[in-house]
Amino acid sequence: MHGDDADLVRRLRAGDEAAFAVLVRRYQAQLVRLASTFVSSRAVAEEAVQEAWLGVVRGIERFEGRASIRTWLFRIVVNQARTAGVREHRSIPLDLGDEAAVPAGRFDRDGDWATPPGQWTDEVDARLDAKALAGRLKDLVLELPAAQRQVFTLRDIEHMGADEVCEILGLTEGNQRVLLHRARSRLRGMLEAEMGGV
Amino acid sequence: MLFRRRRSLVCRQAVELMTDYLEDALSPRGRDRLEAHLAECPHCTEYLAQIRDVIAAAGHVEPDDLPSGTVDGLVDLYRTWRTGT
Repeated sequence: MHGDDADLVRRLRAGDEAAFAVLVRRYQAQLVRLASTFVSSRAVAEEAVQEAWLGVVRGIERFEGRASIRTWLFRIVVNQARTAGVREHRSIPLDLGDEAAVPAGRFDRDGDWATPPGQWTDEVDARLDAKALAGRLKDLVLELPAAQRQVFTLRDIEHMGADEVCEILGLTEGNQRVLLHRARSRLRGMLEAEMGGV
Repeated sequence: MLFRRRRSLVCRQAVELMTDYLEDALSPRGRDRLEAHLAECPHCTEYLAQIRDVIAAAGHVEPDDLPSGTVDGLVDLYRTWRTGT
């Protein structure tokens, strides 16, 4: 078990409120964000996360540390949020999507670019400032289909590795990568459209 | 030249390989093919740079602020759960 995890688990088993508060401060916002992708409203998401915290308190004695606390906690939240989604009749089978990374009309008959990606900045060799782009991206992510949003959020916003995301969302490695690909491609297209590109 | 290109990747295929490339999920041969394409295609190179821009921007998305009282509220619940079970 990771050193920090081992300490937190020991303290939680002893009923240490401060240890619980550490976890809440560290993960609550991320957990609500993730839960929101399964249910209809923030209120329902917060309820699901609260149920998950109760699951943590009840389950800490059985926690064996095969996964990190973070993975375990996120999995519990996904289970709670999925159950809440089912109650709301929002449960949808996994949809990988089948859209192309770039619409076919952007290529010629040979498959070469007919309308190539426009430059995102007027300055030659300059990339756009990531911080400046981040605010816009945060809103655009909400327009992604749920499964793509889940994977993109955990991978590229929360910086989790592919293995952990597969474990949390119950995805195969291949499906995880397809969803990440569709999400990144779609977001690139949305940003390009916003920047007056194509 | 045109014939050679036809047998390797075209742009429409290249853009579908970008995530596999960044995830290091391509075969060595597939990776070589894509890199050879990128070396001669400025548009796909720009496309890949834009995908990297998206990833870099995602790394700067700020976490939502917790509504005030969230931590205290959950710690209160924690106390109830602990004593109630």
